[in-house]
Amino acid sequence: MGSSPTASRSSSNNCIRQPNASGQASQADDHGNTTMTVGEDQMSAEEVEAPQEGMGAVKATVEDRDDDGYRPPLPPRPNLSKTPERPTTPGGLNTSHRRPSLLSKPTTAVSSIDIQTLSFPDGSRGTFSTPASRSVSESAALDTPGSMTPKGKHSQNGSEGDDTTSLMSYAPTMKGTGDLASLLNDDINAQSPAWRLLSSKADTVNPFEAIDYENTSLLNFENEFNEIAPVDSKGGNEEELLTQFKAKYKHYLCLSSAGKPIYSRHGDQNLINGYIGIIQTLISFYEGSKDPLHGFTAGGTRFVIFIAGPLYFVAISRLGESDAQLRSQLEALYMQILSTLTLPTLTHLFSNRPNTDLRRPLEGTETLLSSLADTFTKGSPSALLSALECLKLRKSQRYVINNTLLKARTEKLLYGLIVAGGRLVSVVRPKRHSLHPSDLQLIFNMLFEAGGVKAGGGENWIPLCLPGFNNRGYLYMYVSFLSAYDDGQDGEERPSTPGSSAREDEIAVLLISAEKESFYELKQMRDDVVSQLEKNGSMDIIKAAVRQGRPSTADIVPGTQLRHFLYKSRANVQYTMPSFNPYFNGLLPQRRLMNLYNNLHAQIHAKHSHLKVLHSVSRDSVSLAWSTPLFEFYCVAGPNASRASIAHGANKVIQWVKREEERVFIIGGAVF
Amino acid sequence: MADSTAAAPKPSSSVKLVLLGEAAVGKSSLVLRFVNNDFQENKEPTIGAAFLTQKCNLPTRTIKFEIWDTAGQERFASLAPMYYRNAQSALVVYDLTKPTSLIKAKHWVAELQRQASPGIVIALVGNKLDLTNETSEPADPLNDDGDADTTEGDDSSGDARKISTAEAKSYAEEEGLLFFETSAKLGTNVTEVFTAIANAIPETSLKGARGPGATQAGAGSGANDQSRVSLTGPRDNASKEGCAC
Ligand SMILES: Nc1nc2c(ncn2[C@@H]2O[C@H](COP(=O)(O)OP(=O)(O)OP(=O)(O)O)[C@@H](O)[C@H]2O)c(=O)[nH]1
Ligand SMILES: [Mg+2]
Repeated sequence: MGSSPTASRSSSNNCIRQPNASGQASQADDHGNTTMTVGEDQMSAEEVEAPQEGMGAVKATVEDRDDDGYRPPLPPRPNLSKTPERPTTPGGLNTSHRRPSLLSKPTTAVSSIDIQTLSFPDGSRGTFSTPASRSVSESAALDTPGSMTPKGKHSQNGSEGDDTTSLMSYAPTMKGTGDLASLLNDDINAQSPAWRLLSSKADTVNPFEAIDYENTSLLNFENEFNEIAPVDSKGGNEEELLTQFKAKYKHYLCLSSAGKPIYSRHGDQNLINGYIGIIQTLISFYEGSKDPLHGFTAGGTRFVIFIAGPLYFVAISRLGESDAQLRSQLEALYMQILSTLTLPTLTHLFSNRPNTDLRRPLEGTETLLSSLADTFTKGSPSALLSALECLKLRKSQRYVINNTLLKARTEKLLYGLIVAGGRLVSVVRPKRHSLHPSDLQLIFNMLFEAGGVKAGGGENWIPLCLPGFNNRGYLYMYVSFLSAYDDGQDGEERPSTPGSSAREDEIAVLLISAEKESFYELKQMRDDVVSQLEKNGSMDIIKAAVRQGRPSTADIVPGTQLRHFLYKSRANVQYTMPSFNPYFNGLLPQRRLMNLYNNLHAQIHAKHSHLKVLHSVSRDSVSLAWSTPLFEFYCVAGPNASRASIAHGANKVIQWVKREEERVFIIGGAVF
Repeated sequence: MADSTAAAPKPSSSVKLVLLGEAAVGKSSLVLRFVNNDFQENKEPTIGAAFLTQKCNLPTRTIKFEIWDTAGQERFASLAPMYYRNAQSALVVYDLTKPTSLIKAKHWVAELQRQASPGIVIALVGNKLDLTNETSEPADPLNDDGDADTTEGDDSSGDARKISTAEAKSYAEEEGLLFFETSAKLGTNVTEVFTAIANAIPETSLKGARGPGATQAGAGSGANDQSRVSLTGPRDNASKEGCAC
């Protein structure tokens, strides 16, 4: 969502089938994270020329790359390895998927990371060399300095080998933001014999598993979405409510430039009025001085401001998101407001009466804004990547579904979509118009996150403006839901996978028209489509795919140490990812994972960083970000995973995506 | 939903029904109660409109309601004509704990009388009866006018009623509307409303959805009486075996 949110968004960016890069806004990153980065000169040179070939430098050491299904032979051992005490390879990889810990040992990418580059907030970089042993597999933890093992409390002044001291000297420039900051400290004390003993047994530690969070963020995050009661008539409970209010990790506020409150995620009007006043004063002051305020920090809290015409949006976050990320969240809220009102109406309201109270015209939109906001607060890969996810289907199966939609199409149809569990199954659209991810985000939010439409039952006829398509007028959307479980099984029997919300098994048919009166026609089309899909077996295929859910990383790359990944295809503006099961089930683990992705994403997209590959080590996880003109890739493994094993896993995933490209992505879609 | 209890298929016809009323008065909740016999404590506002169908078995025929549950929020008001234009019946709902909602209801009635098809059957429904303290015996709010005196302006003892039965009822009589007080939460009077409407639809305006039913006579008493006050509707017209749904 990097493009300008105001007025007519050109259809060049962010369209489903737009073959260009996605126009990500890269904002300067203001977290001085202590991540180790592998300079582009090290690993990216090859990708730039032949990015589809996988991770360049690693490729050099992993020669055996034929697509032999899921059980690749062991990658050859690198001749560069200088650590004689490395354990021998424990058999072939094909046995190791039951014991994922073994996988990392034989692999290595030593040569590629001999030279480390550190990026700093001011854009400068420092380069230094590392002993090869630093970067090899986790077995090194037994006897080499600087291994990447989890660690508890540390002192800032330990002195180790050369490279540790050189790291140390950078310490003052680093603002500790979250997990990534702990890299430095981890390395210093990693030598305690007890710790070494422990960590040698800790091969299989999963991300975020072995940590105590008493000193970290996300304490009481479970309470984030609890309602704050209204201030009672005498204001007696105000103090208590303010405590609750301040305990929130995330706030979103919207106010008019005249200082009228429009929306706040938390707290009722009496509670937030004071804040609204202060914020309005602050913003207007800078507006007046022709140097608009974009954001500021107070303690550990970041304030980001986004101004759209007569509206001020403020995001207040203690989750460590970058300014660019927060701004794109605010843009999405603005899009929701436009979707309710259209731009001309909004403009008209304020040009007539600058003092307009927008809450009334927006009545009922709060739930949509709040569910959007909560999606961001919970952490949404789709929002982070500004991309869509598709239901994985065989190409031929999708082709049949597309054709069914095309055949049943009525004159009045603009867009036709089938969506399953928030994932796109099929799209038909006119040749001239593509669908914008930001518009789909609004639709998905309305249908799958903000239960209102679903709970109403029946079929729905919803007027809405899709600002990406045209922010000046309304379209009309026919919606009907089907359940993936409605054949035979009754409600009780549904496998309730923890972490997967109810929305996961909803299949919706969405038919969008510019004509207000076309409900019955679209309803007819829907009936035709559904009966045809049932007849040709596609419905069962869709339902089966929904019930099956996303594959796990281990299904994709057997034995891998990767625990999760995000892969975004830039050309298709779509992403794919494995299941959050079993490692990231629930609100908190998911938020931690998204924090990590947010950090990687922010750094890869930071101005001046020129990062192509970023390897980040913290005491509770190891992660990798990789950006090429074709894709963005992020992945995470447990804290003891070696770089080599992560790089190996990443390559395997990318090979998998390449192989499955026409299944995991909708390429082109069906046009008429 | 049991289509029919009898062996021989009864004549069946479809009736278009539209629900109108201020936001949050409980339109969707009434429909949810009628269609799924369910209630949700914190129902989210309807966006646009929802289209649902439900069958209603009368002694002599089956009525298939095609229901438009519209959104009460002001910004959707301009779409309403689309939904009531061809409707044979309308349920205009207010919240009997909220005076403004009756005013809004009156506006809707006036608009329907002006713009909807002339024969439209309108029922005025005061919802959230459970919030009054007469919930123990609310089943028939129409049986005595004395009710009104005890409830009028009475805010004590947890009674949230702001609109007396008498006030709404006399308005309904003046305008020739069916009138009910309901609780979607408890299910009070909900099927009765729909049954009464089904009975009040004039035989002549029924288009047979299937079978020859549409032209057959033999409707229950009062079915043709829709333009008059239909206060007798619910009791006389077999509300007991009314909707088998
Ligand atoms: N106590 C009580 N609450 C009710 C009753 N009917 C509805 N409600 C509540 O009133 C609120 C609004 O109900 P809805 O059914 O959504 O109202 P609506 O008229 O459809 O509102 P819009 O769709 O916005 O026009 C919900 O929180 C319901 O739970 C009732 O009979 N008794
Ligand atoms: Mg409703």
